[in-house]
Amino acid sequence: MKKLLILTTALTTVAFAAQADIIVMSWGGAYGAAQTEAHLKPWAAKTGIGAVMIDSDNPAQPIKAMVEAGNVTLDVANLEYADAIRLCDEGLLEPIDASKLPAGSDGVAAIDDFLPGAITECGVSTDIWANIFAYDSTKITGTVPTTAADFYDLAKFPGKRGLRRGAKGNLEFALMADGVAPGDVYATLGTPEGVDRAFAKLDTIKSDVVWWEAGSQPPQLLADGEVVMTTAYNGRMFNAAVAEGKPFQIVWDGQVYENEMYVVPKGAPNKDQAMEFIFWATSTEGLRAQAQQISYGPARKSSMATELIYKDGTTVMAPHLPTAPENLANGLASSSGFWVDRDGELNERFNAWLVAG
Amino acid sequence: MTDLPLRTADGRPLKAALAAAQVRAKRHAFLLVAPLLLFVILTFILPIGQMLQRSVYHDGLSANAPSLVAWFAANPVGTAPDEAAFAALAQDFKTMKAAKTAGIAATRVNYTLPETRSLFTATARVADQLAPPYKEAFLALDGKWGRPEVWGAMRQASSAYTIDFYLISMDRERAPDGSIQQVPENTRIYIYLFVKTFLMSGLIALICLALAFPVAHLLAVLPMARANLLMICVLLPFWTSLLVRTTSWIVVLQGQGAVNDLLIWLGVIGEDGRLAMMYNQTGTIIVMTHVLLPFMILPLYSVMKTIPPGYARAARSLGATSWTTFRRVYLPLTLPGIAAGALLVFILAVGYYITPALVGGADGQLISNLINFHMTKSNWSLASALSAMLLVGVLLLYWLYDRLIGIDNLKLG
Repeated sequence: MKKLLILTTALTTVAFAAQADIIVMSWGGAYGAAQTEAHLKPWAAKTGIGAVMIDSDNPAQPIKAMVEAGNVTLDVANLEYADAIRLCDEGLLEPIDASKLPAGSDGVAAIDDFLPGAITECGVSTDIWANIFAYDSTKITGTVPTTAADFYDLAKFPGKRGLRRGAKGNLEFALMADGVAPGDVYATLGTPEGVDRAFAKLDTIKSDVVWWEAGSQPPQLLADGEVVMTTAYNGRMFNAAVAEGKPFQIVWDGQVYENEMYVVPKGAPNKDQAMEFIFWATSTEGLRAQAQQISYGPARKSSMATELIYKDGTTVMAPHLPTAPENLANGLASSSGFWVDRDGELNERFNAWLVAG
Repeated sequence: MTDLPLRTADGRPLKAALAAAQVRAKRHAFLLVAPLLLFVILTFILPIGQMLQRSVYHDGLSANAPSLVAWFAANPVGTAPDEAAFAALAQDFKTMKAAKTAGIAATRVNYTLPETRSLFTATARVADQLAPPYKEAFLALDGKWGRPEVWGAMRQASSAYTIDFYLISMDRERAPDGSIQQVPENTRIYIYLFVKTFLMSGLIALICLALAFPVAHLLAVLPMARANLLMICVLLPFWTSLLVRTTSWIVVLQGQGAVNDLLIWLGVIGEDGRLAMMYNQTGTIIVMTHVLLPFMILPLYSVMKTIPPGYARAARSLGATSWTTFRRVYLPLTLPGIAAGALLVFILAVGYYITPALVGGADGQLISNLINFHMTKSNWSLASALSAMLLVGVLLLYWLYDRLIGIDNLKLG
């Protein structure tokens, strides 16, 4: 399906590219809508240069094919942190001149305003998102799950679980559910025994897992009653709960958070405008505008200077962000260094584990 | 009397005139097929050849680290890296840093030995500061540079032509001493998936045959008007988008779906006993059978249509039971259709990707899904090695089929 999507979108972009609009590929659903509202529409209104949003289950996937074929139809893509570093290393992304990033609204230079790690050679952070888990509070009543261990406790909370198909995030979450402290997770995963331990933990719920790939699936699985608990991108669950009024409850224990990066693929047709777009969209106001649309934390300190309110005008955003102190209590910062190196190997292992009965 | 050659009316030898005419005819025929041939070469054979070449060729390291390649060439396997080796490495790192190609080289080495990518990229970042003695400089940067596995992996990657990707495709790897061994049991996957893909495709072809045979027979014997109506029913799903058909099945078969709801309403199963027919192997088989059914019905129908009803009547009038008539007369006559349909469904199923991806869940995945996985994870070499093996598998079966049944007997409609 992804292939088809990419193909059809690639075909349609040919028509758009002729008007020199910039093409942005992001993750679709509530997240893509948030970026369209916060970045694309205001950009088009401000500059007169159109901006078109394209959805993907993972925008990192088409970039290599496009660059190698010399037919890049994207100007801006929104990637996971480790992918932004890996593709940059492979020469598939344009370097971004961080000195051109605008200073914060309070006058602090961009390099100090952004949180550590939020600017890389080829990418600038749009937000900090988290892999969390959530349950339906009308289906689970009485004792409710509060820890990562509860997610794995089939005796206490019987029913199907939703997990993202892939090694990243799941292995960390499994280890934390198994009692490993967040600070020790990557040290543990660095050893073969640690990887075995994570897979052994996954084994305990394997037959009860429904695997999802697109970010819009988990709220749907939960709403359909296909699962009683599922991991998800925290913003998607927030959107389902606050904007759509679903009775979903997020559990922050064992969350794994990381930066999401705007990048420019090598050979983007409108490279200069794409850079301008990124500088503008990741300004204090740009990041703030996105955080008013969906509960992903802005990567600039200045964007949080005054209280963030959700677009409904009443919901205070702070407690819904992955970076809220109470949500960080048992949370883990995803290690890009670990995943850049071991993504291939651990996903092989994950695939082998998945198909082996 | 001498043998005079036969001549045509204008006096040329007949033999030469015939040959010339034949050459002309051949040239015309070639010119007629030339556009298609060119099209196929440009859009099919060349790209496929290019992809297949990637399965044995990856110049990520060899093109970017010439000094190191030279050192490996000059020193036999097993030589411990000396100062000259580290000096060559340092020189290559400086070039790679300037050209920003360290990531490409790192990617290649990382395919052979995971955890080396960051070693490369981190070293490249500080390559300008490397100074003699290089061995100490590298070891001070990262102790991993002294490990024999890292040098072994670089040696393997230093040749652009490699069979490594085929080794991985067969769940094999190189031991540190260079011999070939199986990978640890918990990462073996490809052989299992190849076998499973072929078995499931065979099963799907069989189910399709069982379902299609009566329908095709009915189509062939019904009066024209009603047969046409039935034919439209067969073709209607064929004309519907594959994605629509697949997602409709999700609605019907999922845990909270129509079939489960109906069974609960009928009291056949309880609320806790909902059948898992989606996101697993069962789902893949059901949906693929439905999607591929027309490819079985149509060849069968075209063959059955040509069987004169008189044959069966003659058999019956000579005293054969209806079973014998079917087994000795009707079935053998439909064999070309069965063979064509089964081959068509089987080959389509072997390469099927979308349906297992959508409804396969964990255990309903086929080898094509892994090929897609490596395409999107940007290990194209492994993806093309797996594709090449799949292609060889299908060709082998095709050859076997030709030997057993004969391609001449194939009737595709």
